[in-house]
Amino acid sequence: MIRITRRHLMQSTAAGAAAVMMPSVLRAQPKGVDGNSVRLGILHSLTGTFAIAEASMVDAEKLAIDEINAAGGVMGHKIVPYIEDGASEAPVFAEKAKVLLRRDNVAAIIGCYSSALRKAVLPAVNQAKGLLYYPTYYEGQEIDKRCLYTSQEVTQSVIAAVTWMAKEKGKKFFLIGSNYIYPVTCNKIAKPTIAKLGGTVVGEEYVPLGHTEFSSIINKIKAANPDCIYSTVVGGSNVAFFKQLRAAGLDGSKITLLSTVVSENEIEGIGRDNAVGYYACMGYFQSIDSPINKKFVKAIKDKYGANRVVGDPMQCGYNSVYLWKNAVEKAKSFAPDDVLKASAGLEIEAPEGTVRFDKENHHVWKKVRVGRALEDGQFEIVHETADLVQPDPFPKL
Amino acid sequence: MGIDIIIMQAFSGLSLFTILLLMALGLAIVFGLMGVINMAHGELMALGAYVTYLVALFFERNLPSLMGIYIFFAIFCAFAATFVFGYVLERSFIRFFYNRPLDTLLATWGLSLVLQQFYRSTFGAQEVSVPLASWLSGAWEPVAGIQLPLNRMFIIGLTMVVGLCVYLMLFKSRWGLRVRAVTQNRPMSAAVGINTDRVDALTFAVGSGLAGIAGSVFTMLGSTNPGTGQLYIVDSFIVVVFGGVSSLLGTALSAFAIAESQTAIEYFATGTVAKVTILLFVIVMLYFRPQGLFAPKVRGA
Repeated sequence: MIRITRRHLMQSTAAGAAAVMMPSVLRAQPKGVDGNSVRLGILHSLTGTFAIAEASMVDAEKLAIDEINAAGGVMGHKIVPYIEDGASEAPVFAEKAKVLLRRDNVAAIIGCYSSALRKAVLPAVNQAKGLLYYPTYYEGQEIDKRCLYTSQEVTQSVIAAVTWMAKEKGKKFFLIGSNYIYPVTCNKIAKPTIAKLGGTVVGEEYVPLGHTEFSSIINKIKAANPDCIYSTVVGGSNVAFFKQLRAAGLDGSKITLLSTVVSENEIEGIGRDNAVGYYACMGYFQSIDSPINKKFVKAIKDKYGANRVVGDPMQCGYNSVYLWKNAVEKAKSFAPDDVLKASAGLEIEAPEGTVRFDKENHHVWKKVRVGRALEDGQFEIVHETADLVQPDPFPKL
Repeated sequence: MGIDIIIMQAFSGLSLFTILLLMALGLAIVFGLMGVINMAHGELMALGAYVTYLVALFFERNLPSLMGIYIFFAIFCAFAATFVFGYVLERSFIRFFYNRPLDTLLATWGLSLVLQQFYRSTFGAQEVSVPLASWLSGAWEPVAGIQLPLNRMFIIGLTMVVGLCVYLMLFKSRWGLRVRAVTQNRPMSAAVGINTDRVDALTFAVGSGLAGIAGSVFTMLGSTNPGTGQLYIVDSFIVVVFGGVSSLLGTALSAFAIAESQTAIEYFATGTVAKVTILLFVIVMLYFRPQGLFAPKVRGA
């Protein structure tokens, strides 16, 4: 039996009043802002398969936050990072996105790596009317109204890469990739581009993810005798592919191999010796010779150790924080809708050079470069597009 | 298709055969003879790979003149480390799960996750690069146009040595006799005075040690990262199950059959088709012969 005492009544009334008042208290502050600080969500894998790439992206994003805070913050608000580990699993990413958006009430999220992770997070972002910055190169085919894509989508790198190879290295192409959406989309764009340039495709191969045995495929390559290999093999398979290709006598001096998934970070795992002479096509290389990039690389090395290398996804993660900051300042508001509106056409000077959001499609205009791997694990830039390359997530083929 | 390609394809098949065999030998002993479904077997290979990495680092820093032969020390250290780890693991963990195959499966799978995260925390999530001795890099070119990678030839040689050692140990040594006795009839073996606990621990340790050797050697071909073990575990199980549990000869022949069909199909179709075809074939085969290709004809316990 419950006896209603005066004390009970007082307590429940007080609690009820507090509950009624809470939302209005929250509503008075914009999303993610408390006092003179603002919450920014970072959602990457610190454990699991993708930690290989994402752990260093978190480092770069934290560096950007530190720099911004040291310079006075965003509109006078210090950024407080809320870092969650998505553990390389789509369901965990979805769950952690909800935690960031509902419990931590962050102003925006920077995060995700593979498209599966992004697609898992976006429903939660849309439901909470939040904002996601996605800093990884990917296959395009998406414009989400609450997502901003800060790396190159596939047409930007593939067309530049294939055009460069056809002009400089020969017109017989062999396409090889891991068997999932990114490589297949890359090759879907590469093939008509090659045909337009008057080239031929003498082989197209896909290996299962995690495949480590390439000797038959290498024999196929030898039999087809292409001028250029365009590779979109990813992860551990890529390490195996490079090692075995070189052991079979097809090193960088014998054949032109270009990959759109190998950055400086991957080279460390492949082994510098095994990658020498092969090419990569990226928006960013650590070796870009500009004051702003030198400052960025030095800051990474000072903070995380002299042995650290910087690859494209790290730099895009770093840029994302600045793109968000500048959009907030342009909008004079932390509200995701205002930030989104202000982002259209927004331009910043990044380590890779000028980066500009398209007026409509949420992707960035940026330069694309081809680099040749050197003995020290760095890339020598051999080609750079003359202008910023337009993003085209839904290309007409 | 030229003769040079045919020769290189034949070599590829042979090479894949030895790789699969080396991969599966340890599992054939642990799973085949002892009946332990060790889902963490791949992580033991990764342990071997990381030990190789550490030995390479040590030689690079302290004995750069001996870099050429570090791989032999690395293989030995990888075996020793995984052997000891396997022994401790069996005594402290696995032995509580004997005769509970489903629980073993879950427990060792959990163990594999723990080990993966341990590698990640210790060595970083990035792949580590294990250097290759200069005499093992590149290819042997008997005639122009035919390149036979040296590291694959090394693996072929090493697998033959390891295979021979395992054969001698199992069929010509006292320990092997005890292992086979315990496999066939545990209560009777115990009754005639064999310390079955000790045999179990040693057998598991040897199986783990073989995984270590495999992991060490595969650094020449593949990647070394916390998830490396996952790349090998499925193939290892397929080889052992297909060959017939508790038959080492079966394991060897099944490795050969799978390797040859894989390389051939991969050449004429694609890698994915090869994988699918082989899995289908294995499923159909197991439907008609659940005991595997080569089940030994002995009375069970």
